[in-house]
Amino acid sequence: MLLNALLIRFLSPSFWLRLAGVLCFAGLGGCSDNWGWYVVNPATESGRQNLFFLIDGLYFTIGLSVTAILISICVGLLVALPGISSRRAPKVINRVYVELVRAIPILVLILWVYYGLPQVASISISVFWAGVLALAISDSAFQAEIFRAGIQSIDRGQYEAARSISLSYRDTMRFVILPQAIKRILPALGNQLVYMLKMSSLVSVIGMQELTRRANELVVTEYRPLEIYTVLVLEYLVVILIVSAGVRWLERRLETS
Amino acid sequence: MTDPVTQPFIQVRNVSKYFQDFCALDSVSLDIELGQKLVICGPSGSGKSTLIRCINRLEQHEHGQIHIDGQLVDSSPSGQDVLRNNVGMVFQQFNLFPHLTIIENLMLGPVRARQMQESEARELAMIYLERVQISDQLNKYPAQLSGGQQQRVAIARALCMTPKIMLFDEPTSALDPEMIAEVLDVIEELADSGMTMVCVTHEMGFARQVADVMLFMDHGKIVEMGPPKTFFTAPKSDRCKLFLSQILRH
Repeated sequence: MLLNALLIRFLSPSFWLRLAGVLCFAGLGGCSDNWGWYVVNPATESGRQNLFFLIDGLYFTIGLSVTAILISICVGLLVALPGISSRRAPKVINRVYVELVRAIPILVLILWVYYGLPQVASISISVFWAGVLALAISDSAFQAEIFRAGIQSIDRGQYEAARSISLSYRDTMRFVILPQAIKRILPALGNQLVYMLKMSSLVSVIGMQELTRRANELVVTEYRPLEIYTVLVLEYLVVILIVSAGVRWLERRLETS
Repeated sequence: MTDPVTQPFIQVRNVSKYFQDFCALDSVSLDIELGQKLVICGPSGSGKSTLIRCINRLEQHEHGQIHIDGQLVDSSPSGQDVLRNNVGMVFQQFNLFPHLTIIENLMLGPVRARQMQESEARELAMIYLERVQISDQLNKYPAQLSGGQQQRVAIARALCMTPKIMLFDEPTSALDPEMIAEVLDVIEELADSGMTMVCVTHEMGFARQVADVMLFMDHGKIVEMGPPKTFFTAPKSDRCKLFLSQILRH
């Protein structure tokens, strides 16, 4: 009986919520010697300002990641298609692209695109687009592999059936193969989006005002790395958990249709 | 062009097909006239499926030629056109498009490959769905239908392209026993309506009913060929006798 009552108590969500509340309170106010939560305390004017300054970086983090992933999905698909050809030359093109791009660290690519590309191509490139370009190129190699695996997982009978009703290659891909492949690779695409959101923090090194850069700048002025970086962790956590839930919702929706 | 009266609709000449070293078809020759119903039987690996897959070029043969309606079947645009306009195929595993509803499965070919209006394609699809007796399931997905129903949808899908000849590759082999009859009934009805067909099957009762010509294959060769009456009662080759005695025993 007692054990049961204890168990129910521990397993109930309200218990954990209350525990979290107590811990937060202790964290914010309780140990004021070690913690300096005042820097991001929404009750004070300066804390609010700091908090908004940090959260404002979301705009760029999300803008950067979403733009980059849209581009990388398109490029990835274009690179994947020659990879499933039965001829040799297109396959080689696919392999070379994937292997080369996959071998470059993202941080190195960001630096090269931002500082190197303008000299090579004599163009000026904004921080935002340098970041998008580097992230998109880097991710496209992975997207290409995901698409290739997804397309190859579709049964050969589907191609044959499409052929037996006279569909062209383009229509076969568009109406028969890709809709099924995308459904299957959706979890992997969700993973890539999460990965992209995290990797976008690297664009802070060229001065992009996204979440990480803002946190770094605030640390320099406020000297409270522990609190500020904790907020940063929470920011990424919230965004990514929301994205994950969104992807799962989409999966379920596609499952039932 | 040769004289249409003497020219068979499908002419298979000395066709050979290899899978690496394995000889799946060994110089097969065969004529199929419009309106004919050909049933092919034989042990597995004898090349029955390969033969009909070569006819609509799901496999490419190495030697020999296949002509349909006087046109050489190859990878050229004209070779592909003759297939598009004439040949329908039904598969052992149905191969319906699982992400599309029944009606969408049927409309896809006419709308995309024939540039037909959606409304027109829908009407056409409804006609064939009625013919295979599943017009009440048109908005379901393939997975919601039984195997027999799925295969009937697959037949309707092929018919929507209004082919002159239908190829059946073991259409009932993947079905539960109680669903075989409903599919064979549909094929039989189609045969009665005058459709030219080539059917690979082990259903000998059905073959006896429907076939004009029976064909027995073994090791990539046509071993025996003739009208069902003599084929079933007086097969000439020992190999065919043995095969028939084994599958007709039970």
